[in-house]
Amino acid sequence: MKECNVIIDNKEITIDSGMTILEAAKVANINIPTLCYHPVQEVKANCRICLVQTGKDKLVTACSTPVWDGMNVKTNSRLVRDTQKGVLELILANHDQDCLRCVRNGKCELQDLCEMFNISRSDIEDVTLGDVTVDSQAMDVSNPSIVRDYSKCVKCNRCVETCTKVQDASVLAASHRSTDYTIQPAFGKTLDHTLCTYCGQCINVCPVGAIYEKDYIDQVWDALDDPDMHVIVQIAPAVRVALGEEFGMEAGTNVTGKLVAALRRIGFDRVFDTNFTADLTIIEEGYELLGRVKNSGTLPMVTSCSPGWINYMEGFYPDLIDNMSTCKSPQQMFGSLSKTYYSDKAEIHPSKIYTVSIMPCTAKKFEAQRPEMNSYGAIDVNAVLTTRELARMIKMSGVDFTSISEEQYDDPFGITTGAAVIFGATGGVMEAALRTVYEVVTGEELEALDFHEVRGLDGIKSADIDLGGTVVKVAVANGLANARKLMEEIRLGKSEYTFIEIMACPGGCIGGGGQPISRDPDIRAKRIKGIYGIDRHKVLRKSHENPAVKKLYDEFLGQPNGHKSHELLHTHYTPRPGSRIKTMQFE
Amino acid sequence: MMQFENLFEKVEAIIDKYGRERANLLPILTDTQDLVDHNFIPEEVAEFIACSLCIPTSQVYEVITFYAVLSEVPKGKHIVQVCDSTVCRLNKNTSLVEALEKELGVSVGNTRPDGEVTLEFTPCFGACDISPAIRIDKKVYGNLTEEKLVKVINDNIGGMHS
Amino acid sequence: MKRTANLISGNFKKYDPLQIDSYIAIDGFKALKKGFELGSDGIIDEINASGLMGRGGAAYPTGVKLKQSRDVPGDVKYLICNADEGEPATFKDRYLLEYDPYSIIEGMVLTAYTVGATHGYIYVREEYSYLHNMLRKTLDLARQGNFLGENILGKGFDFDIELFSGAGAYICGEGSSLIESMEGKSGRPRIKPPYTKVSGLFREPTLVHNVETLTTIKTILYHGAGVFSKYGTEESKGTKLISLCGNVNNPGVYEIPFGITIREIIEDLGGGVKDNLDVKFLQLGGASGAIMPKSLIDIPYAYESFKENGLEIGSGAVLVADSTNRIIDFLDSVQTFFLHESCGKCTPCREGNRQLSNIIGRMKDGSATDNDVASVERIANIMKYASFCGLGKTAPTAVLTAIRYFSDELFSKGDVYERM
Repeated sequence: MKECNVIIDNKEITIDSGMTILEAAKVANINIPTLCYHPVQEVKANCRICLVQTGKDKLVTACSTPVWDGMNVKTNSRLVRDTQKGVLELILANHDQDCLRCVRNGKCELQDLCEMFNISRSDIEDVTLGDVTVDSQAMDVSNPSIVRDYSKCVKCNRCVETCTKVQDASVLAASHRSTDYTIQPAFGKTLDHTLCTYCGQCINVCPVGAIYEKDYIDQVWDALDDPDMHVIVQIAPAVRVALGEEFGMEAGTNVTGKLVAALRRIGFDRVFDTNFTADLTIIEEGYELLGRVKNSGTLPMVTSCSPGWINYMEGFYPDLIDNMSTCKSPQQMFGSLSKTYYSDKAEIHPSKIYTVSIMPCTAKKFEAQRPEMNSYGAIDVNAVLTTRELARMIKMSGVDFTSISEEQYDDPFGITTGAAVIFGATGGVMEAALRTVYEVVTGEELEALDFHEVRGLDGIKSADIDLGGTVVKVAVANGLANARKLMEEIRLGKSEYTFIEIMACPGGCIGGGGQPISRDPDIRAKRIKGIYGIDRHKVLRKSHENPAVKKLYDEFLGQPNGHKSHELLHTHYTPRPGSRIKTMQFE
Repeated sequence: MMQFENLFEKVEAIIDKYGRERANLLPILTDTQDLVDHNFIPEEVAEFIACSLCIPTSQVYEVITFYAVLSEVPKGKHIVQVCDSTVCRLNKNTSLVEALEKELGVSVGNTRPDGEVTLEFTPCFGACDISPAIRIDKKVYGNLTEEKLVKVINDNIGGMHS
Repeated sequence: MKRTANLISGNFKKYDPLQIDSYIAIDGFKALKKGFELGSDGIIDEINASGLMGRGGAAYPTGVKLKQSRDVPGDVKYLICNADEGEPATFKDRYLLEYDPYSIIEGMVLTAYTVGATHGYIYVREEYSYLHNMLRKTLDLARQGNFLGENILGKGFDFDIELFSGAGAYICGEGSSLIESMEGKSGRPRIKPPYTKVSGLFREPTLVHNVETLTTIKTILYHGAGVFSKYGTEESKGTKLISLCGNVNNPGVYEIPFGITIREIIEDLGGGVKDNLDVKFLQLGGASGAIMPKSLIDIPYAYESFKENGLEIGSGAVLVADSTNRIIDFLDSVQTFFLHESCGKCTPCREGNRQLSNIIGRMKDGSATDNDVASVERIANIMKYASFCGLGKTAPTAVLTAIRYFSDELFSKGDVYERM
């Protein structure tokens, strides 16, 4: 690549000619302020914060302007500083100013800019006459998972790009012009009247508090404060490698022990591991798959533990419902067992058991409230908290998370395998299933437990797996736009696969819509590393070796895919209202 | 209320005429709106067009709300527009507006309760040489006296004014 | 200096667009034939010699733009005639469309031939829909006459033109927004680079030219650069169509040589101000243009003299306001326009227009505060320097120039703020 000589703030540097001014400035150790810019998204250049001066009276946006040889750029001239500050004030003039009550207080990119630009009350008053009344529509609190607060939207369009390009739901778009310009669903509908999958990826890219998870912390406190309620909690695998980030720890750090201890301090009666039912899922799903293969059932079979994916399938591929595994997700399997098996064991009536789950996922809140998810006549999972809500709850309770001593999960749902923990990473469910299916089919012990072909951040991964002579084609997709490609093949009758894992979120659950928000492009890779690290150090690494799971079948369930399993651990799906059968346009 | 089956057939014909591609969305929408009595794109029709072109409804909605010609809400059967830009204001369009409000029985920015006519301000449509100017159902009129105004209203909307 | 000319406007009302023979009879398509003989290089040389600059408002040297476009390789190249004429007080392109459509077609074929364009469009604003059928007919007739389509005039050059209608958006006069609308999207402008000449319609190389520019290319080829550049001034060669309107007796489109004074335009062409009132101010170049006080009325209408005085030729609109008008009311009409037309995607234009509208509204009603007054210039400058596209950058021009020339009237309390 050609090289360029550029002067930035009086420093001469030589860089590739394909760079933008923003990238070039980093080479010179200058961080130009940005707002709509996001490292893993397309350049948008609509906020106009990243202005730099390239000539007398000429300002350009650094994110979108490529360097040229001989360019002389000033990133902090008077004109730049005055104009940037002015742009920020214009944003603030139509932005809700109630920071103290905002969920992103202290974690907001707009606040960061205010601090950087030394904004004071008097600056804003110049522009807006003191009181800010934001011109926007009513908040959308229509659904169990996601809240949209239009009064805080800065119209960066990051959520639109994620919803459209990455997650392929295209629920959000920009509409109208001028001061009516709004990012919203078609016809201004609330999300519950759209095909929103509740994956929450929009939350992960929002720079401010315009989109966030629906908060259930108060309900959980109420249950904990109720002396008659037995409150139990299950924790998803992906939470334990990310929660630490909310307390200043490195992404990928395994904070399981601290997490369990903190939950006990908060007052949960029992602390359990969703990994238990992940192992259970592998048994149920593995046998289901083998059943379909043997009895010419519908293939390929597609995994069903990602509710964002389920919502997407019911919305855009309802004609392919029969390809879905009927297994519930680990969260929901746990939920139904908590009100039946556990209720018996603990001798507590299910109506007195309040089951909470901690999830990396916003769609799980929707999943828990699906009408099918009740095993005894009332809801199985009573409340779902995202990783972010749990962090807030821990802080609320005063627990010193970084210093607290580690504790262990409770029985009977505390024994888990490495196969279960890898559910948190894309390819993990597939690998866990293969570890079991291999031994069931071949009758031989599997030596090489690591299926590297299905690991990693590629959107679609595929592998040919040799099961003692029979070769089975499998595929893994993460991110719904990638899911679409595999589903199109199935719809057109062209799929060569027998078994497919689909996770709605890029990276799998570790990249879920309920995880700590980060703009680090490597965040997913770091968390995934943590997940496989835990797996490597586990004694038990195959789901069918889990003694507690075996006990569950012996004592309670009987056979995998048996009558009891079907009653409690399997579910069915329905096309969503307004579902659309999209056929891919081949470009 | 609206019956859509007949309308969907006609919309299908429009889509076939231009080609089932996203690039043709604007002419498809403008021709479709011309079919609808009250000069708008009903939600079901937007959804239908979105499905036919394999594009998200949210993006069809974006286009409908972006262009001034297209409307997401019903308007009058007849649209009367008064230019409210620089030249026509200099040429005192206020008396023209008053006369129109009186003749049509509706205040500017509104649709008459019987749904027959919408009177609205609109930006410059290049009739500055005959300013102040109006459009009635896309026909341009300027240099209007009170008498001429009554005549063009009658000719286009036909005696159905206050 | 003679005050009018008929190089560009010579054909107006001289033929029936529905009878192509009536155009051919008055030397129609002669320039095209000449162009084929000169070849692409010859045409570019001629346009360079003429000094022609883009007539849409940007005033970019046309010869240079043609060469740049020709230098972009590609099997597909689009030429788009921008007839979206949305700038308030501007209607010259309307006259060209209505009274001399074949000159536009001829200019387009010449230009397409010069740059190697393979497909053409005329993008006509929806508000000119009453001209659409006639224009489609002229394209048909041109095709039948072998002036358009395959193997034009037997020269082995293929080029056809389709009509595309706008749908009511001033911003679609901006090249990349226009292209976005032709791709079935909302007309919000694109990030540049890449520039449309390299990546435009369907990401192919695209050349967008104003109606008058394309017609004038044909005019120059017909008359010769020498004849054309005899008119005008040293730095502003040739003639131009202006749209004269406002409080004058004879509003209309006039072809003037560069260099006649604004006074001459108003008095000799426009017949003076209506009701014998005095000129108070002008706005030149449309709503995005500068406000000019009466004191500058004797400057020549030319690029160089305008630049010296902080003015722009722009779209060629000349709007005259008499002494009964308040500056603040006029600014309100400009502001209403831009509030309606801003696409909304960038902060300075969307939020700047929002704040300016509120403030100007208060100034108009006499309820403006000291804060308001201090903010107007500041907000206008933010928009000017930080906006994504030309709309946001030029929307505050009227306000800024009004502050420069009429600050006493704008910012004095008392009579000025009493309702009329």
